[in-house]
Amino acid sequence: MYYPTYTRRSDPFGLMRSMMRDFDRFTPATTAQAVFPAVNVWQGDEAVAVTAELPGVGPEDIDISVQNNVLTLSGERKPPQVPEDGRWHRNERGYGKFSRAIRLPFAATDDKVEARMTNGVLRVVVGRPEEDKPKKIKIQAA
Amino acid sequence: MTKDMTKTTEKTPAETPETTTGGSVYRPLTDIVETADGVSLTLEMPGVAADDVDITLEKRVLTIRGKVHPTQPETLQLAYAEYGEGDFERAFTLSDDFDPDKIGASVKNGLLTVTLPRAAEAQPKKIAVMAQ
Repeated sequence: MYYPTYTRRSDPFGLMRSMMRDFDRFTPATTAQAVFPAVNVWQGDEAVAVTAELPGVGPEDIDISVQNNVLTLSGERKPPQVPEDGRWHRNERGYGKFSRAIRLPFAATDDKVEARMTNGVLRVVVGRPEEDKPKKIKIQAA
Repeated sequence: MTKDMTKTTEKTPAETPETTTGGSVYRPLTDIVETADGVSLTLEMPGVAADDVDITLEKRVLTIRGKVHPTQPETLQLAYAEYGEGDFERAFTLSDDFDPDKIGASVKNGLLTVTLPRAAEAQPKKIAVMAQ
């Protein structure tokens, strides 16, 4: 890497930016230890929803299970199919098996779980059982 | 729900100017593989449908944009967030020897595949040697 002397005073960070860009190219962008997938959790009176971004994972490669109050998402990100003579320029995406357990605020039953996958975004909606719903208590007139 | 933060794979913001709507723009993770007939790019764009992808090639710069429709479940409030939702954008500078008319793209499960075939004249020609 050769950096010509920067004479452009108007952009003092130009050299640093170009160095950072070169570093980006040689260090993998993904960290191996990080948990996959990242999830967002949505809550309401009737249900809880968990959404996760799983690009490139087909619905057949995801396993969703509920046991008591733990929702488990597991599956596999398939390694990319590269022809024999293929040459890698960049490999930023990760692959391999993943598993993630999410604790729900209530025990769910299997028949109240609904999962849908659109464009690589998984959405699991877990309905709240009747007995867990908050009960409104009426105040009796004395 | 636990208050401990779980370290998850983070999305990188794209190197683009601010948006007027205040939303974030992310840089899709990309795999680039060179094959015998060209270059193939695979970009992770979860939440982007085929109709919402916009690919332009201008002065050798290939810009790929994906519009995300946020998944907001009705009647539910966000309680815990590990990832942000926003559009995707990334640009690549290409060499001159690609055929702009033959660039192909497809979307499957939030994964965009762009194929850039090399122009015919740029492909190496094999010269057969005749035996006398």
